[in-house]
Amino acid sequence: MSLLVQRPDVSEFRRRFRWLMLFAVLCFLAIGGRVFQLQLVHSDDYQAIARDNIVRRTTLATTRGVVRDRKGRVLAASRPAYNMFIVPRRVTEIDELTQEAQMRPQWDKLVSYLGMGDEERTRLEERVLGMRRRGGARMNQQILLKEDLSRDAVAVLKTHARDLPGIDVVPFSVRYYPQKHIGAHVLGYMREVDRDMLVKLRKKRYIEGDRIGATGIERAWESYLRGNRGWEKVIVDARGVKRPARDGIIDDPTRVEAIPGRDLRLSIDADVQAAMVKAMRGELAGGAALVDVRTGRVLGLVSKPSFDPNQLSGGHGKKVIRDAFRRLFSDPLKPALDKTVSGAYPPGSTFKPFTALAALKMGLIDHRARTTCRGFVRLGRHIFRCTQSHGPTELHKAIAESCNVYFYNLVTHFGVTMDMIAEMGLRYGFGNKTGLGINAETSGRMPTRAWMTLRNKGQFRLGYTLNAAIGQGATTVNVLQKALAYAALANGGTLYQPQLVRAVETAGGAVVQEFSPRVRQRIKLDGSHRRMIDRALWSGVNEVGGTAYKVRIPGVDVSGKTGSAQVSHKFRAGEELDNVWYFNRDHAWFAGYAPSSTPEVAVVVLIEHGGSGGKHAAPVAFEIIQSYQKLREQERRVPGPGGRGTP
Amino acid sequence: MIATILAPQTLSGRARDHIDWPLFIVSTVIAVLGVVNLYSATSVYFGTSRGALSEIYINQIYWLMIGGVAGGLVAAIDYRHIERFGYVIYTGGVFSLILVSILARDVRGAARWINIGSFSFQPSEFMKLCLIIALAKYLHDDPKNEERTLKDLAIPAVLTAVPALLIARQPDLGTATVLVLIFFSIAAITRIRRRSVLTFLATIVIAVPMLWQYALPYQRARVTAFLNPGEDLAGAGYHAFHARIAIGNGGVFGQGFMNGMQNQYWFLPDQYSDFPFPVFAEEWGFAGTVALLGLYGFLVVWSIKIASQSRDRFGAVVAVGCGALIFWHTIINLGMSSGMLPVVGMTLPLFSYGGSSVTTILLAIALVMNVSMRRYAGFSTLGRR
Repeated sequence: MSLLVQRPDVSEFRRRFRWLMLFAVLCFLAIGGRVFQLQLVHSDDYQAIARDNIVRRTTLATTRGVVRDRKGRVLAASRPAYNMFIVPRRVTEIDELTQEAQMRPQWDKLVSYLGMGDEERTRLEERVLGMRRRGGARMNQQILLKEDLSRDAVAVLKTHARDLPGIDVVPFSVRYYPQKHIGAHVLGYMREVDRDMLVKLRKKRYIEGDRIGATGIERAWESYLRGNRGWEKVIVDARGVKRPARDGIIDDPTRVEAIPGRDLRLSIDADVQAAMVKAMRGELAGGAALVDVRTGRVLGLVSKPSFDPNQLSGGHGKKVIRDAFRRLFSDPLKPALDKTVSGAYPPGSTFKPFTALAALKMGLIDHRARTTCRGFVRLGRHIFRCTQSHGPTELHKAIAESCNVYFYNLVTHFGVTMDMIAEMGLRYGFGNKTGLGINAETSGRMPTRAWMTLRNKGQFRLGYTLNAAIGQGATTVNVLQKALAYAALANGGTLYQPQLVRAVETAGGAVVQEFSPRVRQRIKLDGSHRRMIDRALWSGVNEVGGTAYKVRIPGVDVSGKTGSAQVSHKFRAGEELDNVWYFNRDHAWFAGYAPSSTPEVAVVVLIEHGGSGGKHAAPVAFEIIQSYQKLREQERRVPGPGGRGTP
Repeated sequence: MIATILAPQTLSGRARDHIDWPLFIVSTVIAVLGVVNLYSATSVYFGTSRGALSEIYINQIYWLMIGGVAGGLVAAIDYRHIERFGYVIYTGGVFSLILVSILARDVRGAARWINIGSFSFQPSEFMKLCLIIALAKYLHDDPKNEERTLKDLAIPAVLTAVPALLIARQPDLGTATVLVLIFFSIAAITRIRRRSVLTFLATIVIAVPMLWQYALPYQRARVTAFLNPGEDLAGAGYHAFHARIAIGNGGVFGQGFMNGMQNQYWFLPDQYSDFPFPVFAEEWGFAGTVALLGLYGFLVVWSIKIASQSRDRFGAVVAVGCGALIFWHTIINLGMSSGMLPVVGMTLPLFSYGGSSVTTILLAIALVMNVSMRRYAGFSTLGRR
């Protein structure tokens, strides 16, 4: 009915409307084509990306194995701790007027809940706001704000969790050493895996923030203790907030459980360790070892000064770790060094039994061979001194009263050579690593004639052999080597490999792997030679004139040998005079075994710069043996403190 | 004068018999879909610290009602009255732009809003309509039989350039661009000498690299992100990347209403303002997107059809201008959402949240309706004409 009417002047436009329509339609078709491409052609790809966006694999933490002593007492375990994380984006906002980043109200609440100081508050605020200003992915991620919150702080934060969006309290575990500094060198400590280490460790699936055994058992048995992390796929949104599961999004498998690390049962006895530390209370620095002569198992291994591995292993925050390390490495007494295996010391007179054995074995002397000690021997321009003038001396007296001249004469008159001494030393394990397997062990040094010649520009002097005969000069040993050598003296010639870990167990307590004693070598020893040495070592402690006789403890049945090893301290400019005096003192040694007739344990005590072995090392050793015997008696009366496993 | 404008015979006359039902129904369907989509898009904010956003769909309904009533009034008045006040309306628009640059409160780094009490509006949105009316008025009054040269388009160009520069200074490059595009669209229906067209195109090719010099850092970043898709996905490329994933994730039939993963899991930013399309595409799939494209496409083509049948030059230009307004907003928004264009702040008509935007679009549709209703014979009596 209605008719369209149009003024004629519209005609200018008329022919162009169709082109406009065509253009519009083409544009819409282009969009349609693009949507077709996205939604039909590449739909699968985008659906996969969308799924990946929300599916995140979260790791399930594993628990590190527990280390126990031979009676099942915990030496190292993990304790729960809490870290506080914040997401910078969620606790900050951009002011609309000033365009400045500022903290959201929940920050003030957090500050008051935790009772933060002004200084700490400003420092943390600057850090968080800086991240917000820089933007990027970092501001959406959790940032560690505070480590190892106190129990109270955790309780407060959990109660007020609703008021504190963007602030998360995340549980983790911290290695815990209940014995603190006792036996710290054996157990070692944990350290955080840093970027450099990660390059090598990524293959073993370590990630940033992981902790790894740094020294001691923790390091050597890392692969056993560590366990395997598990993982679980969860759904999270763009803010990182966990959301309920959705059908068909997560592919199987959705979860792999974590496998806890293996527990270790050590041969160490915590009581013995404590007794050893107690026995050394009067001394500044040194090492001591107590070894079962029948198996080579290490009952106690102590290095002094010690440290608290709890402080180094994290949990108390980075500052505590840093300070602890600074103290550890600035101390002139070198607490970081494990003096039982990592330190090489001249053995001094404690080496004499082995020189004697070398002479006996070669048939150069018998027990009647006698020399006269006038307090020194002159060799060319050099004078080699004795501790005193012993007068007429044969083997027994030479060992018991520690006569140097007798041993000088073994070289000058009886024909004992450097190589004979070295050979006997090597037989008893000196000059080679014991194979304890923890910490960087020194092999010590058993110099041969050839080696000495090389070292002294092709010249060999008889004086070198004289020094070697009394355990001085180039000869060095470590504490554990000597303990095992004396164990071999005590058990009739079996040199054991030292053993620290008796068994590997599951977290449930089932034994996975048990280690039996391992013999390094059996030393052929003439029965009469052995009796001679045994008697001499017995007299050294138990007979008037013996070097340790004065400090013996009645009722404590020990045989052994003292030693005072001379040291040559190198002066450094600007050193304090007190230090120079200290570092020039002799190392005090005592090496022996107990009980004398049926030896059970070998004991070696080294007091660094302690002076005389008879005065400083022997009393410590006797106290250790006394404590050991008390503990054994207790054990016999009450068989085992209800702990798991065998004694 | 108001009595004349709302004279009973205009409303009760035969114009009312010629309501353009296809235009009305399609616009209504788009508006309803827009609200539904807005509800789904902002539902993710429910119960969060930005919980207020989950209720903005109610505001949107209010704006649609306000815009609908205003549109009804605009459609009722014969557009020739509007033509008479064409330059007055235009001048008013330009003045409000000047006002905004003086008074405006700063919202997200751009001075775009005028606040009157708790009510704030964006003059730049309404400027688009003012410009269409002014250009229509100029071309209406300047009929030509011979081909136009660039000189003939100088005045319309100035009419466009003044508000465009004012808006670009805010800075709101998106809206300024729309003004320029509306000008081009209207110029496209005039007969222009071919040589002039070529000269003009050459000028543009030279001018674009020069404009790059003046681009703001964020603008450069967006263009760079567009030219290098797959880079800087956490920064400038984030929007485009996740919008594309959402669209692709929709597949053929979509994830279902309120069930789009990209949106529900917070990967889509600005899903209520500039990126409602990915939400829709993810939930309704290819089927839904094609339908929506069809609706928008119809709106544009129908406007041009109405223009081609309009009774005079003013009506034709207004219909084309309004069609162009809807067209450019739609194409640019969909283009950036689907990764065909760099990210620019451009609303999707009736889908994006915002009072000024919704009202402007409804008024544009009302103007088209106005032209449509008055193209029939027997309805020519108006005042002095």
